[in-house]
Amino acid sequence: MVPVQWYLLLAAVLFGVGLVGVLIKRNALIVMMCIELMLNAANLTFLAFARQQGNIGGHAIAFFVIAVAAAEAAVGLAIVIAIYRTTGSVNVDDVRELREEG
Amino acid sequence: MTNLLSLVDVNLASAASFRPELALTFGTMAMFILDLFWKNHPARPARLATGALLVLGVAAALLVSQPTAPGSLFNGMIATDGFATFFKWLFLLAAGLTVLISAPGKDFPPARLGEFYALLMAMVLGLFLMASATDLLMVYLSIELVSLVSYVLAGFKKGDRRAAEASLKYVIYGGVASGVMLFGMSYLFGLLGTTSIGQLAGRIQHLQASGLPAAATKLTLVVAMVLITAGVGYKIAAVPWHMWCPDVYEGAPTPFTAFLSVGPKAAGFAVALRLFYGALSGPSAVTAGFGEAVGGLPWPAIIGVMSVATMTLGNLTALAQTNLKRLLAYSSIAHAGYLLMGLSAASDRGVQAIMIYLLIYVVMNLGSFLVVILVAEATGSESILDYRGLAKRHPLAATAFAVFLFSLTGIPPFAGFVGKWYLFVAVLDRVPGPGGNWYAVLAIIGALNSAVSLYYYVRVVRAMFIDQPYAEPRQAPATPLMYQLLLSASAVAVLVFGLWWTPMIDWTSASLQIFKG
Repeated sequence: MVPVQWYLLLAAVLFGVGLVGVLIKRNALIVMMCIELMLNAANLTFLAFARQQGNIGGHAIAFFVIAVAAAEAAVGLAIVIAIYRTTGSVNVDDVRELREEG
Repeated sequence: MTNLLSLVDVNLASAASFRPELALTFGTMAMFILDLFWKNHPARPARLATGALLVLGVAAALLVSQPTAPGSLFNGMIATDGFATFFKWLFLLAAGLTVLISAPGKDFPPARLGEFYALLMAMVLGLFLMASATDLLMVYLSIELVSLVSYVLAGFKKGDRRAAEASLKYVIYGGVASGVMLFGMSYLFGLLGTTSIGQLAGRIQHLQASGLPAAATKLTLVVAMVLITAGVGYKIAAVPWHMWCPDVYEGAPTPFTAFLSVGPKAAGFAVALRLFYGALSGPSAVTAGFGEAVGGLPWPAIIGVMSVATMTLGNLTALAQTNLKRLLAYSSIAHAGYLLMGLSAASDRGVQAIMIYLLIYVVMNLGSFLVVILVAEATGSESILDYRGLAKRHPLAATAFAVFLFSLTGIPPFAGFVGKWYLFVAVLDRVPGPGGNWYAVLAIIGALNSAVSLYYYVRVVRAMFIDQPYAEPRQAPATPLMYQLLLSASAVAVLVFGLWWTPMIDWTSASLQIFKG
């Protein structure tokens, strides 16, 4: 059996990849994928701990998170489509109407 | 099997105390269907607004008839208590005012007003759940429900670049914040083996006594808690999770901005109060000094630092703003900072001060945004230049706006002063105790910030009353009667409650009961 630490390590790495990706990637679609990565890293941690402790609560939470992540992806992609229609690009650097003056 | 059946019984019995939420759920669906039925009706906005108010009214009536005894519903997922009921009234008030504001306005064309009301009802449901959540899973789900609806409503204007941009920024910030919060929750779950907020303090004590390496567990605990605070801090727009706030406020339709600045902020504070004050403070909270662990975590110090950063950054950035919506956005960030002072005090008085302040804040902030809507409809702009000479063009709006702005500053005899007074008293109460010097510093910084805020609020008042108009005013369209009524009523409420505040004190002290499972 793979020890629980490995799962936690993998989850932490996934979370880190997601967070760094959100910060440095300029394509809105990739940013959305990175957010999904962060949510799934949290899922993996929940599941690893749930199996280690024999606590079914963690499994239940993972199901809810999967459903919410799907809803968030649907809304997020719809917004990316709206951005593409108005600006003709999905690059977050091209989206700069709203900003501090000067 | 019998074990599972008893869980089902609990859920069925809980439905009896869940009626306002059920009314909002069915109301949301009813609004979508009514929207289709009245597609081409000439009196569409009036009918839809009546429908939405009816849904809120049914929810309010069911809230009144709710049993008042505190209790836990749905196997510990949510609680009914005086604390939650107070916030539910706050959300109903804010939503009702938003419905009235958006009905005659131009921000929502009649063809799409029905969708807005339906989504607004769904958002109120999410806010209700946020105020009563007693489980980390429920906290996450309710925050997501509110957020998902907000993303859609922020980009509600079709084909508008700024609306789409506001929406994109919101969804990215919100998605990251909720991902970070969930990751924090997963570590808390791993350390403590529970997601129930009521059990957190006990499990933390148990953990500290369990012989695991103390430094490592403490570090993990603090990191997990800070990650969870990120999710809540993003909802209340506290520094350093405030970056979305000005852009979203500017790009979203103004009636929705008004609701966004009061509803989710109040709900975020409800979650924060339940999580920090409700669960992680025992009798030790009053005796522990600033920076010492309360319930196993040094959270009053963390919140205190957040409070100082939030109000200072909000106020200093607001000084340079020329767009009224952005100015009010930074002012709302600063107000989140003042409110965090009350949480940092970690006392019943602090909690009560937050509740009083939020109650006043709902009225004065919605009123301010109503003036912004009114001026934007007459001039098509939100620039401070268009507020010059407003006192001559529209005396009622200018006077009411001055009342709201002075109240936001916290000058007597306006209601905002009462709210601020109680916040400062709650902090100053802690000064003679251990670590009191830090509380004194917090209060002094709060007072300095109020002085700074006076500058930019008065700048707007000066533009309205003293400066000459920037351009020859065009013939302004007649102000809807509804706006005049709402403006007068809010301004009078701010004045009356600034002089006669006992009802607010009585109500909030009766609502201080937080269910602790």
